[in-house]
Amino acid sequence: MRSYLFGVLWGFAAAILIALTALFGVWWERKVAGRMQMRFGPQQAGPAGVLQTLADTVKLVVKEDITPNLADVPVFKLMPYLVFVPSASAFAVIPFANGWAPFNTEASALFFLAVPGMGALGMLLAGWASHNTYGSLGGVRAAAQLVSYELPRTLSVLSLVVLAGTTSAVGIRGAWQWWWIVVLAPAFAVYFISSIAEVNRGPFDLPEAESELVAGYFVDYSGIRWAIFMMVEYSGIVAASLFGAATFLGGGLGIPGPLGVLLFVAFTVAFTTMMIWVKWSFPRLRPDQLMSFAWKVLTPVALVQLLVAGVVSAL
Amino acid sequence: MTTTFAATMASIAEKFKSAVLADSDGVADACIRVEREELLGLATELAAKGFDQLEMVTAVDYRDRIGLIYRLVSATLSASLVVRCDLPAEQPRVVSLAGIWPAADSQEREVLDLFGVAFDGHPCPKRIFLPDDFCGHPLRKDFESPTLIRRPDLI
Amino acid sequence: MPDQEFNQELVVNVGPQHPSTHGVGRILLNLDGDIVRKAELIIGHLHRGIEKMAENRTYLQVVPLTDRLDYVGSMYANWAYCRAVEKAAAIDVPERAEYLRVIVCEMQRIASHMMSVGSSGADSGAFTVFVYAFDLRERIVELFEQLCGARLTYSYVRPGGVAFDAPDGWADAVLAEMRKLPTGLEELDKLLFGNVIARGRLKGVGIMSTEQAIAWGATGPVARGSGVALDIRRQDAYSVYPRIGFDVVVGDNGDAYDRARCRLLECFESVRIIEQAITQMPEGPILTDGIPRLIAPPKGDAYARIESARGTLGVYTVSDGGAKPYRVHFRSPAFCNVSLISRLAPSHVLSDLGVILGSLDPVFGEVDR
Repeated sequence: MRSYLFGVLWGFAAAILIALTALFGVWWERKVAGRMQMRFGPQQAGPAGVLQTLADTVKLVVKEDITPNLADVPVFKLMPYLVFVPSASAFAVIPFANGWAPFNTEASALFFLAVPGMGALGMLLAGWASHNTYGSLGGVRAAAQLVSYELPRTLSVLSLVVLAGTTSAVGIRGAWQWWWIVVLAPAFAVYFISSIAEVNRGPFDLPEAESELVAGYFVDYSGIRWAIFMMVEYSGIVAASLFGAATFLGGGLGIPGPLGVLLFVAFTVAFTTMMIWVKWSFPRLRPDQLMSFAWKVLTPVALVQLLVAGVVSAL
Repeated sequence: MTTTFAATMASIAEKFKSAVLADSDGVADACIRVEREELLGLATELAAKGFDQLEMVTAVDYRDRIGLIYRLVSATLSASLVVRCDLPAEQPRVVSLAGIWPAADSQEREVLDLFGVAFDGHPCPKRIFLPDDFCGHPLRKDFESPTLIRRPDLI
Repeated sequence: MPDQEFNQELVVNVGPQHPSTHGVGRILLNLDGDIVRKAELIIGHLHRGIEKMAENRTYLQVVPLTDRLDYVGSMYANWAYCRAVEKAAAIDVPERAEYLRVIVCEMQRIASHMMSVGSSGADSGAFTVFVYAFDLRERIVELFEQLCGARLTYSYVRPGGVAFDAPDGWADAVLAEMRKLPTGLEELDKLLFGNVIARGRLKGVGIMSTEQAIAWGATGPVARGSGVALDIRRQDAYSVYPRIGFDVVVGDNGDAYDRARCRLLECFESVRIIEQAITQMPEGPILTDGIPRLIAPPKGDAYARIESARGTLGVYTVSDGGAKPYRVHFRSPAFCNVSLISRLAPSHVLSDLGVILGSLDPVFGEVDR
């Protein structure tokens, strides 16, 4: 009984944390994108517009939750949660500190890769259930894209696993050596690029391509359900950045104490900013270019990297 | 008018018995009037003589007749030509030139829509601007509609 | 379930409210998987019957209507219409007015092309390009505002001249802006056409051969992208263009990339033209004296065409001798160019549709009229 209560409390705290990261992520993106585009971004709500996303959230919560007439209502209403829960559960296994993650198992690195991938199912069904051609096309695109980019992403993390000799994310962080930065640089590049694709961000935002599919799989969602899809995207960015900083850079370069924490936060913010930077710099890929990039560039690079990691760990 | 262009025009005017060659009428370098039976033959001949660009197709409602206007441009002859073809005001019907100049496709549909000229052999003889169930052809001078409020004639 | 059920083509309705239709165009697509098999263009959502309205107005009252045709480049329709009226009524135009018309129309070309180049970025997902292009457009529009008080619907060109003379210091402000503009244009060139993904998205998409461009009635940058050296400024040598040196930019492959890049490179030529025109511009009147308020051209037809940002913009007027035009027709380049979408889109994927449509640069005010 006590452990259940504890779990509920943990879950509540985690939900607030994820909501806060999404709030921060949206604000940060709007600020960075604004600066890139010769404008200021949000300015009015709070200092430097930091409360703008909060105001937007309030607006979205009180907005009408529209369900299309021909939608498959139970599926339509449920899907935002099916996308959100796997994405949020990724936070559970991120090693936030040396030797500590909220949920530590032997296979936590694999958990991080596998469980958020379940979101593809939710996106596919969300698009399908809304009975909309754009929605269906977006859902199918999301499924194809997430499955394709899952492979190079997993392979890139496998290189880490080979060097660390453990599939636990906490273990990887503990085993981190400075020379991994050099050896695993290609793996990190593959991880970073495929993470952008996994969270459906530009230039890989085909499932929600605004100029083609209007909003893709969530085209018919409004109000809070739409906000949940947005939250998934931003929490996905932050989760990928956190995990990248915690494993590929050993948290704060393996340095203990406040400096390490500071470095860890700095790396996370830097990766998040890079994802925003990439999105606002590049046009979107075409579906065939997207697929050939995953299968002809990223996957071979990740495989060679895996081989290199194997050889290095055997030496 | 260059000599080659003038010679081309003269040869065409000879070949088609209804074709009347006139000088510039403010629209192009030369003007040919033709009966609608000979329009297709004339158009084929003109396309073969180097008039490869169909710039404009439009019509004017002269109340007693509908005047079709084709403006052609030739880069090789560096000249422009206007072909005029009069149609009866009642149920105007003419052959489509979209097979010769694909540029005529959408412009003929516009004339169909706004003047009610039927184009035989057009690939898609449908209204282009107005809804399919629209009654009447607005650019006809006798167009009346309950939603059309005429401005008082102040001048 | 029988196999037929699975072989059906998916019908997708794009527009009239869709982010990449540039207004209120609508395209009905038949998709085979992701590949477009048939694209039917449905237009007319913005049809206001401007040609019919013009028959009920005096010649001068039609000028504000021409603003509403191509609302991204209003100066062109103003000028083309006024040229037709001047031809019909045999009105002379003072030299200074001709120079002012050339200057504003070339500025308009930059402003209009910036909208188009920016949206070829936005259509392929690079929204930042759009914002950068709009910055350049904004500088031109502000100069227009100083000149005639309007930012979009200018009614600046009038039969017999222009509405206002350039205010004090305006010519210098334009010159100063023209010196700064190429830097911004080069930056935009690098940002969009230098980007590897943008090249991948734009190159080889919507290819139109030279013969097709001529036969299908393409004009302007759409034709020039396919290698047709069709420029009315050169061919008709109207106004004071014969006295000004400029090059006609022509593409090689006839794809979306060439069409978009042609527009950007034309802006550099426009900068050259404006600089020459300002230095050549004489002092003098800007409007011919003695033009009656009710212009009544003699009975007959008139046709005038100019090179607008979208192509050959022709105006055909018929006068019955009265003070109101008997018939006004606008030969709209955007209408002729956008009709090509149903010929260019098939066999491309859905993602390319927006890119092809954007490369044809439709402005639906002028398409639907």
